[in-house]
Amino acid sequence: MTPTSEKDLAELVAVAKNPLEIIGGGSRKGLGNAVSGDALHTSGLSGITLYDPGALTLVAQSGTPLAEIETALAAENQMLPFEPMSHAIVLGNDNTPTVGGMVATNASGPRRIKAGACRDSLIGVRYVDGHGQVIKNGGRVMKNVTGYDLVKLMAGAHGTLGVLTEVAFKLLPSPETQATLRFELPLKDGLQKLRDVMASPYDVSGVAYRDGVAFVRVEGFEDSVKYRAKKIGGDVITANIWPEIRDAINVKGDVIWRLSVKPSDAFAVASQLAEQGFETPLFDWSGGLIWVTSGDGSDAPRQTVNKFGGHATLIKGDGHPAFHPEPAILASIATGLRAKFDPRGIFNQGRMA
Amino acid sequence: MQMPVPDSKVLAQKSEILARLRTVLPDNAVISDPVETRAYECDALAAYRCPPMLVVLPSTTAEVADILKICSEFNVPVVPRGAGTSLSGGALPTADCVILGVARLNAVLETDYDNRFIRVQAGRTNLSVTGAVENNGFFYAPDPSSQLACAIAGNIAMNSGGAHCLKYGVTTNNLLGVTVVTMAGEIIEIGGAHLDAPGYDLLGLICGSEGQLGVVTEATLRILHKPEGARPVLIGYDSNEVAGACVSDIIRAGVLPVAIEFMDRPVIRAAENFTHAGYPDVEALLIIEVEGSDAEIDSQLARIIEIANRHNPVALRESASAAESANIWKGRKAAFGAMGQINDYICLDGTIPVSQLPFVLRRITEISTKYGLDVGNVFHAGDGNMHPLILYDANKPGDLEKCEDMGAEILKLCVEVGGCLTGEHGVGIEKRELMNAQFTPADLTAQMNIKDVFDPAWLLNPAKVFPLKASESRRQA
Repeated sequence: MTPTSEKDLAELVAVAKNPLEIIGGGSRKGLGNAVSGDALHTSGLSGITLYDPGALTLVAQSGTPLAEIETALAAENQMLPFEPMSHAIVLGNDNTPTVGGMVATNASGPRRIKAGACRDSLIGVRYVDGHGQVIKNGGRVMKNVTGYDLVKLMAGAHGTLGVLTEVAFKLLPSPETQATLRFELPLKDGLQKLRDVMASPYDVSGVAYRDGVAFVRVEGFEDSVKYRAKKIGGDVITANIWPEIRDAINVKGDVIWRLSVKPSDAFAVASQLAEQGFETPLFDWSGGLIWVTSGDGSDAPRQTVNKFGGHATLIKGDGHPAFHPEPAILASIATGLRAKFDPRGIFNQGRMA
Repeated sequence: MQMPVPDSKVLAQKSEILARLRTVLPDNAVISDPVETRAYECDALAAYRCPPMLVVLPSTTAEVADILKICSEFNVPVVPRGAGTSLSGGALPTADCVILGVARLNAVLETDYDNRFIRVQAGRTNLSVTGAVENNGFFYAPDPSSQLACAIAGNIAMNSGGAHCLKYGVTTNNLLGVTVVTMAGEIIEIGGAHLDAPGYDLLGLICGSEGQLGVVTEATLRILHKPEGARPVLIGYDSNEVAGACVSDIIRAGVLPVAIEFMDRPVIRAAENFTHAGYPDVEALLIIEVEGSDAEIDSQLARIIEIANRHNPVALRESASAAESANIWKGRKAAFGAMGQINDYICLDGTIPVSQLPFVLRRITEISTKYGLDVGNVFHAGDGNMHPLILYDANKPGDLEKCEDMGAEILKLCVEVGGCLTGEHGVGIEKRELMNAQFTPADLTAQMNIKDVFDPAWLLNPAKVFPLKASESRRQA
């Protein structure tokens, strides 16, 4: 099914007899637990609805290819602040991400540590709920506390609460230039370096570690970037490595975990996992985001995170729930919310739970 | 302003409820003397008052849980209260309610500079959070004008903003985790020092829910290292519209200051008389602040001034010292108070797309003429969050009602041009009935369904946010 308007989609949902699997561009297929259901494609809902560069806002239909949005923004020297990662490389497909899939998975990248996640830039949604009703929340302005914030709830809900039809973002001006600084350091010192620069006044926008090197990014106007790069130190490299870090292109294998921890716990978590045969090819977010591969097929990454606090998502591989189990009380609230949004349980049933 | 009729069953059980609350709280944490409960009869929306039945002032999360269990048992409405600085009546009591004040929950629980967070009890004031970390060079970014007095709990309830949120975001963007107690007395931990907790974004849902989903007792907040320096520039124009156009051009040019504040002549004059900030006497004044090293500030301000000059400013002054900068901000932050010296006023909080600023300012002038009430405009222009102050005379019969009608017309205008009713103050009771202008019944039901999940009996701050008629069947169920 490929409805071509919000109204068609709503009617289709209202009369749906079977569970539905919502599919955008398919580039993130495999994220979350497997779902069975009739395919509901959002690709018929495509196009930028409104782009107001003077107000730093953009509204688009959920099936719009992300590339189309990025092209439009680039023409005005603006960008989505959170630098969304594409999961296509990690998951091994060459499908095209849509803006709806990006929101449903709350996909963010290296700049998340400065500019927030996708959910922080998302300012409005329209969606079709389980009754087939069109619901809106938020809007197209940057500051809005009118009623409950369902916008954040829909970001990262993996399509289990409704089918997004339209999403609105606040934007940022693209930086005039960037500089990447390189520090060759062993893991422990490299991760400490990342935390140190995050605690500096120099407004860094990327802090990652891979292959024995800590990378730091500063962005902005040229004279300012030069000044801050000098203050931070390290060797300036010319290559733009951030798209590689964003898309985790060096993270390979049949089993891939993504861990979110307190940055200062990263070294201990990585060390304990190394003892159990796991590898940690990439650290982002000053160590708060750890990509884990290899291992013995066990859920040791999850067990290890449990000792420290944080969560572990199984991005690729089988045998364990994709998402970190929640405490019983949070799980019961989630069940309660799902029953309200989608009482028949037809949207991406089981993807998150 | 209509409020629900107090529940006579609850009022009849007052002494029993009081006795039960005393079993879980120290004597000085329960207030029942009507003289003392009167201190809690209103918040900063002082036109509306109602003394509560009882006031409790817990000091721990466990005490909050005990209180809520007892109130659930007796079916007593509970109105959570931070510091009582809400401009929308978010903490307005009903005669049958227990006010749960969090003022005594004010401890710093943990500071972690390596991971850049602070965990505090939620009754701590906004400015004292920064106070706890500034000796180490850090600060907490959201800065509502009331930051000296307002509590983090209230900031979370209303998802408060401030002048500097153009760069740093509002409360929800700086909140990492909360401890929240449900009406059933269950203690829930959401989020923490790591990012992006699994499952639904309940943190985002709690923030801005106006104390209707649970009582937040502890919060983990992002702290940032202070910039090396900051400097404002004052730019005056002889028309609001030109000032609005200048703001839009600055944003479009790719310069993103940390703050762009806007004041019009009535507010400029009031603030100047009140604080002697050295403001020029112009039709519209912009305060634009940038951050960084001296050289970075010089270069950013040069770009801004170049754009500003294209619009022929009638005044332009860069701050020359830290003292002058502080003075410039003092005038702006005191603007509401200064207007209060002149007249009674209500403060609106609608947000509009920045590109609509000139049009909306013109329409506000027309609406002001139509109602015969003066308006002062002072607001966060960079993000379109307007604060028209409508002046009225509280002693003149009918003036408040006229003022409210005029406010409603301006807020509806904000919605019509693509904006919203409230950017940072919250709906409270003030804009409750206007929600129908922004949302369909289905939109409102989707929101009320969420309260059903967290608080099925609708006991937490029940008469707020939603139009009374829309929430009636749920509140009475």
